[in-house]
Amino acid sequence: MPREQFHRQIEALMDSVLEMGSMVDHAVDRAIQALLDRDPVMAQAVVRDDAALNAKNFECQNDCVHLLAQQAPMARDLRLIVSVTAIMTDLERMGDHAEGIARIVLMMQDEPLVKPLIDIPIMAGHARDMSRNAVQAFVDQDINAAFLVGSADDVVDRLYDQIYQDLIQVMIGDPSTIEPSTHLLWVAHNLERIADRATNIAERTVYSATGNLPQMDVSSY
Amino acid sequence: MSEAPPTTPPTEAAPVHEGTATPRPTMSRKSVGASQRTAPDRFTPPEPPALEVRDLSVYYGKKMALSGVSMQIPVKKITALIGPSGCGKSTLLRSLNRMNDLIPGARITGAVDYHGHNLYGNSVDPVEVRRRIGMVFQKPNPFPKSIFENVAFGARVNGYKGDYNELVERSLRQAALWDEVKDDLKKSGLALSGGQQQRLCIARALAVEPEIILMDEPCSALDPIATLKIEELMRQLARDYTIVIVTHNMQQAARVSDYTGFFLAGEAAYGQLIEYGPTEEIFTTPMDPRTEDYITGRFG
Repeated sequence: MPREQFHRQIEALMDSVLEMGSMVDHAVDRAIQALLDRDPVMAQAVVRDDAALNAKNFECQNDCVHLLAQQAPMARDLRLIVSVTAIMTDLERMGDHAEGIARIVLMMQDEPLVKPLIDIPIMAGHARDMSRNAVQAFVDQDINAAFLVGSADDVVDRLYDQIYQDLIQVMIGDPSTIEPSTHLLWVAHNLERIADRATNIAERTVYSATGNLPQMDVSSY
Repeated sequence: MSEAPPTTPPTEAAPVHEGTATPRPTMSRKSVGASQRTAPDRFTPPEPPALEVRDLSVYYGKKMALSGVSMQIPVKKITALIGPSGCGKSTLLRSLNRMNDLIPGARITGAVDYHGHNLYGNSVDPVEVRRRIGMVFQKPNPFPKSIFENVAFGARVNGYKGDYNELVERSLRQAALWDEVKDDLKKSGLALSGGQQQRLCIARALAVEPEIILMDEPCSALDPIATLKIEELMRQLARDYTIVIVTHNMQQAARVSDYTGFFLAGEAAYGQLIEYGPTEEIFTTPMDPRTEDYITGRFG
């Protein structure tokens, strides 16, 4: 293979995507844990660690620019590198949503929960699965796995609908719960956005592998 | 043309009257147009092509160099022919203005249609073919004469009766060389830099008023800046001329051409057209895995 160094550099890009994916997963996990435990220290840590995600994103985008400039990639290599830049942007935004959840935890302080946290952790589990599966599908360039991520988004959307309706009922029943209900609604909204970003990654995976960019995201939010 | 080929072509050649498509069972995806069309011709030029290559095979003695190529060269566009050494791309280029006639033992089967006439028809004068379809070579090859005479040479041979000063200036302007040499037209063409010599050769080709210009790696002997000047010039010339360029430089093909054809010899040792299409598609989403492997450097 005449371009071994270049192809090693592409492997290194894939490693960066995997690493960023795992950093994001960790951030979402800790943000939800901070909510469940009402743990402001952990929430603070999530907020603080977002800087590392931003730095990783910038570093990887820079690597992509260097590869484009120095190696003049073509065809699937070109599509892959362009996709990495898009995916890193998505992952960075997913990190921001995790930070958003952590900030809500800080805002909530010790206000009482308006309903037990059942659907939100389930939703978080789905969103994290989607994110991990999307990153893995990209690294494997696996179109079938990517489409599975796209269809999993429907489950998250339905859970979001459910949480939304429940919280509206709570607020109608007792207007004094409007603020704490809104906090939970924001958490759910952040999770819904994370799942949407995972779908974007799945779409980019199909583009990278085939050159076609499917529209998987039918979310109404 | 009626002579039987000494070796059997590997692909089943489509009957010539069926048009351009030579079905290639190994091609992966279908293209636009006739149902038989496959990857090599996944586009149809919007107007009648400048050249239509129909099932063209070229032999040097008993050796087949190029097998069963069918492609349309669109008018006033730049078509790049790429592929590794020995893939037949230069052989094809030389077939487009009967330059192969000059190589002893070279023979062709198939046809190259130009304005509805086969360039290899019995009544066709190869000298007239080469006037209408000019060629620029790899190494700049000005004559050991003045700049003026280099440009005027072809017109003199053709008995041009017009104003030579006007012809030379117009040709040098078209070749983006006029401003650099207008005060030194008596200077030897050989005294120019490599990039200027190549533009002089382009001016010389333009002076006989061709329709099509064939370029055989026109920049491979030039430095990067001279190369970019030639590429810029090619884009300007494509407003008025049809250009076919053979290049080893894939970036050049990607930068400069509208359509790209990829050739490969493979195990068979004779060149074939593997894939042909709009340049932006060939370099971003090639259909054939062999094209993909070549342009991403996974070849060999």
